[in-house]
Amino acid sequence: MSATASNTIIELSYVAAAVLFVLALKWLSAPSTARRGVWAGELGMLIAIVATLLYHGIVSYEWIAIGLVLGTIIGVPLGMVQMTAVPQRTALSHAFGAFASALVGTAEFYLRAPNITPFVMSALAIEVILGSLTFTASLMAAGKLQEVLPQRPITYKGQNFVNLSILGLAIIIAVYLIVNPGATALFPLIVAIPLLFGVSMIVPIGGADMPTVISLLNSYAGISAAAMGFVLRSKLLIVAGALDGSSGFILSVIMSRAMNRSFTNVLFGAFGQVQVSAARTEEAGTVRTASPEEAAAIIEAANYVMIVPGYGMAVAQAQHKVRELYDALTKRGIDVKFAIHPVAGRMPGHMNVLLAEADVPYDKLLDMENANPEFAQVDVALVIGANDVTNPAARHDKSSPIYGMPILEVDKARTVMVIKRGMSPGFAGIENELYYLEKTLMLFGDAKSFVGSLVREISGGGGH
Amino acid sequence: MSSELISNLYVLVLAGFLGFEVIRRVSPLLHTPLMSLTNALDAIAVVGAIVIAGEHKSTLATILGTLAVVASMSNVVGGFLITDRMLRMFKLRGADGAKKS
Repeated sequence: MSATASNTIIELSYVAAAVLFVLALKWLSAPSTARRGVWAGELGMLIAIVATLLYHGIVSYEWIAIGLVLGTIIGVPLGMVQMTAVPQRTALSHAFGAFASALVGTAEFYLRAPNITPFVMSALAIEVILGSLTFTASLMAAGKLQEVLPQRPITYKGQNFVNLSILGLAIIIAVYLIVNPGATALFPLIVAIPLLFGVSMIVPIGGADMPTVISLLNSYAGISAAAMGFVLRSKLLIVAGALDGSSGFILSVIMSRAMNRSFTNVLFGAFGQVQVSAARTEEAGTVRTASPEEAAAIIEAANYVMIVPGYGMAVAQAQHKVRELYDALTKRGIDVKFAIHPVAGRMPGHMNVLLAEADVPYDKLLDMENANPEFAQVDVALVIGANDVTNPAARHDKSSPIYGMPILEVDKARTVMVIKRGMSPGFAGIENELYYLEKTLMLFGDAKSFVGSLVREISGGGGH
Repeated sequence: MSSELISNLYVLVLAGFLGFEVIRRVSPLLHTPLMSLTNALDAIAVVGAIVIAGEHKSTLATILGTLAVVASMSNVVGGFLITDRMLRMFKLRGADGAKKS
């Protein structure tokens, strides 16, 4: 086959792949068509890879084959992790994607320098800087999520200044390289400095900020890939990078809205969020508690139960017990639904995946807009491992750090039950006034075993 | 600027808008699979890595290219695999699951 003929085939295959990628995301809009979306994506990827292997410039296939085989060997276990580990797996895959971008950018630089036009060099700098910082930032995020690293934010005075100076330095060097692409000795710096920045960017960020951070890193990885497309003159890469970048962008906006933080605050790496931990109020009111038997008796008398899951449910691995509770209650003719806050869990949509894994039908999972009007009719709102997203102080207490954050209005339900290990405040260090309401019952204990006892009470013997 | 760069900019801007419109419609229910799927699609960077690893223009480029093939291929395989596993779990069934709403 002649070189031009194979190039035409490659280009046409890339067009087909781009179309399939867009269709993949379009089909993902509803659960009924979503799996078709995955198949479309797989087909597009297969077509693109096979077409690329036809490229006449490839002189030998041994390294490619080794790379593809090794990648598959690493990829399979990463695709088989437990559902509770999906956030850290996602962070790890952002790291891999960004790593690939940075490597390709570095290789391209040394192959082409000093004959690089300012435009290509700009794209290369964006690719390498974003790729490197996303690589270490995602590894840090994965480490925090896996709890290999401490989850709590680590802050020091002048942190924002230090971080922004590090990033600024990398940008200044990049600008110098754009003007003088022959200065190859400086290139390692725009790899190394962003690698350092990636670490220092995640250090001040706590576990509950992870949904925002993961979305942000998702969009960085996408922008980096799009920049790579400009360097390699691949429209397919530009399309895929733009799609990934916009999905990360949209999710970041949704997450930052759900935490009532400005988008610029998030764009610059969620700095400044941590200071709120100082704002603890020590007004201890009285709380009412209940045993599993008492709680079960109240739940059994209800017509409509809304379960509000949070990260605590994931930590306790309680989702299967929660499904048993759902089954026991529906069997008795009680209407059971789930109210899911956008930032519940450690990544966007985390709770939905865990509940789907436990076989809860997805039409029972309500997002915040649909759940909030329901609470007025709810007899029992059962909060499992969620805290700040249920705090009514967000509505009225202007001095509260979470004032203005959209919450699930569980306090509108007739009775509120909160399963919790103890009275410790949530991540933001804020006292939750929900716990002191007259209508609230605190159910102290481990989420999994407490829900287990509720199930036993309700399904065994019809209550007392 | 060459006309190729201009057309690439068109592609970027239009794909960005298209992505925004398409992804905006994805239900919050599926935000986790959305992220893992876009991650897998983003690993199309594997095609760039394959070319660099196969061209053998320099030892450094071959090593970096091969590593990039490993990293992005693991995202291709892992990303599609976990997305499909997650989506398979989203079901409407269940004893009284499909009755209402």
